[in-house]
Amino acid sequence: MAEVTVAIATSERGTPRSRRSAGPWRVAFTQIAHNPVAVGSAIALVIIIAVCLAAPLYAQFIAHTDPFQSNINGTTVIDGHSVAVLQQQTQGLGLGVEPIGPTWNISNYFLGADSQGRDVFARLLYGGRTTLLIGFSSALICCALGALVGIIAGYFGGPVDWVLSRLMDIIWAFPVYLLAISLSVVLLTGGLKIGPIVIGPSNLLLPILIIALIYVPYVARPIRGQVLSLKNREFVKAAIGLGASDWRILRREILRNVLPTVIVFIPLMMALNMLTESALSFLSIGVQPPNASWGTIINDGLDLLYTRPAVAIAPGIMLVITAVALNLLGDAVRDALDPKAKLRGAA
Amino acid sequence: MLFVAKRLGSALLVMFAISIVVFLIFFATPGVDPAARLAGRGASPEVLSQVRHAFGFDQPLPVRYVLMMDHLFVTRDLTSYVNIGDKVVPQIMQAAPVTLSLVLGAAIIWIVLGLGGGILATRFRGSVVDPIIMVIGIAAVSLPAYWVGEVVNLITQDRLHDTVFSWVPPLGYVPFAQNPGQWALHLLFPWLTLALLYGGIYARVLRAELVTAMGEDYVRTGRAKGLSERRILWRHALRGSLSPVVSLFGLDLGSLIGGAALLTEVVFGLPGIGKLTWDSLQNLDLPVIMACVLYAAFFVVAANAIVDLLYAVIDPRVRRA
Repeated sequence: MAEVTVAIATSERGTPRSRRSAGPWRVAFTQIAHNPVAVGSAIALVIIIAVCLAAPLYAQFIAHTDPFQSNINGTTVIDGHSVAVLQQQTQGLGLGVEPIGPTWNISNYFLGADSQGRDVFARLLYGGRTTLLIGFSSALICCALGALVGIIAGYFGGPVDWVLSRLMDIIWAFPVYLLAISLSVVLLTGGLKIGPIVIGPSNLLLPILIIALIYVPYVARPIRGQVLSLKNREFVKAAIGLGASDWRILRREILRNVLPTVIVFIPLMMALNMLTESALSFLSIGVQPPNASWGTIINDGLDLLYTRPAVAIAPGIMLVITAVALNLLGDAVRDALDPKAKLRGAA
Repeated sequence: MLFVAKRLGSALLVMFAISIVVFLIFFATPGVDPAARLAGRGASPEVLSQVRHAFGFDQPLPVRYVLMMDHLFVTRDLTSYVNIGDKVVPQIMQAAPVTLSLVLGAAIIWIVLGLGGGILATRFRGSVVDPIIMVIGIAAVSLPAYWVGEVVNLITQDRLHDTVFSWVPPLGYVPFAQNPGQWALHLLFPWLTLALLYGGIYARVLRAELVTAMGEDYVRTGRAKGLSERRILWRHALRGSLSPVVSLFGLDLGSLIGGAALLTEVVFGLPGIGKLTWDSLQNLDLPVIMACVLYAAFFVVAANAIVDLLYAVIDPRVRRA
């Protein structure tokens, strides 16, 4: 027994690590890790996600506010004086109230209050959780569905392909916002009831599913094209010749080659989906109260735009930073995973 | 000829399917009752059944679909559910020129921005100009149009309205026939907002195409023949790279004319197709929604078909596929 162990140990020592050729995933990862723009974007995203996840901690321990409870008669202390969160307007007729503006004090209405006296900064963090959650989960669902449809249509061809492709054509021919808005308007009034499954109007699943659905053709079409060309490649023909089952070919040959494309789509779709979510929420048919998202906060800030612009501007800036980081990261992932793009860089 | 007939046939089929999908979304989604929405919250069962009868909701779905299509296309007297007596077709006719003005003006600006940006970035690849243009492009793609519109309004209508932007008119629309100068002035910032977003996309697409083209064999041949870099870029690489941009342009133009500029129209208070769609959706005014969606789908489907047909003209291989 002892000899065997020694033999294994020497053989392990005998093959230096560098001699083993790195797999494609490892190569791609190394390439991304050496791209300063990608690393910077990833760090920015991690910071944004971490800060947004810490929203309840911030609200409870630093700001001591409840960002979902309207706080019309609330007061806060600024420079030792007690100040009402909603103040009597001094301009015009002096009848309206005006929320306090940014104090730039992190523990005390950093970005001021909204028209219901709620802490805008705390809401911004909570809104980020919602927007990021919707963007990420709808991107995952969308890419999974798109890959499924694209692979099935491309691999099986014939009537299956015809039906799926026409279905994609129809979704594609809808102006994206119109389909999303139509579905949202209908579903947000009564929620969705399919047999025993009931999704209430304020459930986040509704915007997630709607946004995932409308972008499926974006993913499914290129995947279908890729599968069509993969089907004619030698290794797939060889697998068919060896008598492999459809399931085995799909899993071992097709899916493995399509996966990089699907992964390339995820960050780009997430940016797109976040922007769509915020647009729907801005039109008040996305995320429903009491939930907040960056889009709903921009909408809240609309009435205060000229008096307290911070309410509408801050979530927009967060949205842009996140979307830019995702797009930059997505570009880097595409350059690393797409061999064609690699050739392009060398040329 | 067969190709043209086939393409138009499938375009019509898609239009028909879209009209059915929209109809089903609003009338057959489980748990959704349009009568309840029209009658208002907490309406009694009697009122509900009255509403149902008055709007014909008690008839079978296919009958209602055919009736609505008949009113929309044959007799052209489809009326709104909400503003009783308002005909739908004239409303669309009235809104169309507003959207057209917005989209065409913006398109000119974004084509200049996009092509200029893409060509400049390729020309100065390896210098700081390229990454700067590309980062601006990414930022433009990542901007929410409605938010940019709000910020533009904040600056031009309020914060700097007394000084730098005193010449900016209030939000709204002035028809071209009434006063061309005011028409352009009212549309200037909506144009720029819309063009910023699309210009970013076009610059990125064109740059990617140009960089690929510059690595092709014919470019190498051109260099070997001693052609200047400028001539290679403008006469050779650019020609081949423009076709994806042109097809993208066709599709974008189609969907925008159809009302995809909804957010820009809402933010800038322009009474175009997008605003009309948005208002009708908020009231669940189904005849107007139906007309707007079909109008939009028509332009999207038509743009798709035209782009495909143009490809067939340019490339004979497509005709046989």
